[in-house]
Amino acid sequence: MSFLGYRRRDGSVGVRNYIGIISTVSCANDVAWWISQEVNGCVPFIHGQGCCQTQPDLDQVTRTLISLGWNPNLAGVLIVSLGCEGVLADQIAAGIAKSDKPVEMVVIQKIGGAKASVAQGSSLAQAMVAKASKLRREEFADSVLVLGVKCGASDTTSGLAANPAVGAACDLLIDNGGTCIFGETTEFIGAEHILARRAATHQVAEKIMNIVSRMEKRVIAMGVDMRGGQPTTGNIAGGLTTIEEKSLGAIVKGGSRPIQEVYEYGERPQGKGLFIVDTPGREPEFLTALAAAGAQVIFFTTGLGAPQGFPFIPVIKVTANPAIYEQLSDHMDILIDLAVQTGFAEAGSALYQEVIQVASGKQTKAEILNYGNFPNIFTIGPTI
Amino acid sequence: MAVSFWKGVELKQQAVVLNPKDNVATALCYLEAGSILQLKVGEQIAEIKLRAPVPFGHKFSLTQIAAGSPVIKYGEVIGTSTKAIQPGDYVHVHNVASARGRGDLTEVMK
Repeated sequence: MSFLGYRRRDGSVGVRNYIGIISTVSCANDVAWWISQEVNGCVPFIHGQGCCQTQPDLDQVTRTLISLGWNPNLAGVLIVSLGCEGVLADQIAAGIAKSDKPVEMVVIQKIGGAKASVAQGSSLAQAMVAKASKLRREEFADSVLVLGVKCGASDTTSGLAANPAVGAACDLLIDNGGTCIFGETTEFIGAEHILARRAATHQVAEKIMNIVSRMEKRVIAMGVDMRGGQPTTGNIAGGLTTIEEKSLGAIVKGGSRPIQEVYEYGERPQGKGLFIVDTPGREPEFLTALAAAGAQVIFFTTGLGAPQGFPFIPVIKVTANPAIYEQLSDHMDILIDLAVQTGFAEAGSALYQEVIQVASGKQTKAEILNYGNFPNIFTIGPTI
Repeated sequence: MAVSFWKGVELKQQAVVLNPKDNVATALCYLEAGSILQLKVGEQIAEIKLRAPVPFGHKFSLTQIAAGSPVIKYGEVIGTSTKAIQPGDYVHVHNVASARGRGDLTEVMK
């Protein structure tokens, strides 16, 4: 099967054609935001990190921002830096430029404040949009697609039908030579033995067990029962009793194919097939990880009605909760009927068709609403 | 867009047992206390009378589960019962605990 996308110089294929206005640090967010609102064809990436963190976190933020810049849905990138932040804006710009896409930068403290930076940044962004807009969509095989999968605000319908249906779509893409990425390590707790059995190698199985144990230790260090945080209060109201139950329903959204490799937060998987990125389950951090991993399209299953999209990735909302589909019709793209399933092949193939259409330009509800402009970057250590 | 699984399915089920090993079922609609349900558990049909109302998407017990025993869904352990559970009882956080992420049960360096 084929779709219409934008050819990038590094060989990747975008399904959208935006100029990314990427803030390096929370103190530069306002300027990045204003530029993105000033110039059509631009999307912001703003976040709460980039300074007063220990080196492992500064490295993680740097790696994530570079990987975001590489995402094929961006035709070019404008970096917005304050000037004195902990992460190095030049390093981020140089890292993105290796993708061979145009990269520009404004430094607020050098230019002389917000107004001048917005003016200069907007001019730069305008020129980049003008150039990017000349690009035409071309036909590509679906094997170049990278699909991210996520579940959020889950209830039991997520594990019963929405997640297995998305899993069936993942299997189809992988069988066609494409790539799927999932994660949410917290939601592997209690189901990690099933994932480890699907690892392509013994080493990958070990990595799966290790990232789960690492995540669980961070929780245990807080000295409390994590119930209420995971599963969330909403999950519990939706019928999920324990993290084990949530995890067993969550992992099926990644389908059933072998897991090729496990990556750290902010890394870009290499090769094709099914991959795991180590992340917590919360939306602002996890959607960023999928974008950084190179996902062009994201499936997001929900039972209670999570509304989030992402600034430059079409996010397709899938629910199997009929009441929520009706009540949140502004946000939900696809309803999966709850029933005695004889298998998810039909639903998976319908979802796959939707991916192809969205990849070719069909807008998702989150895109039409412009909902999802406030992502974040996962950090491990304290803010200092 | 709706994707239907209804082809070949004659009767809308009120609850589902996902794996023959399971000792709980999941309600596919709101179920009143006293409802009598016939559920397919593998090749067998189990009849259960509910001892409490069960909300949409929530669970009830298929068997007697002694306190401290595994609660099983998807054919896997989802937690441990904190009190004795009777067939037809509502099963949720009031009678099932998680074994994972329990910082409250672990010696923590303060």
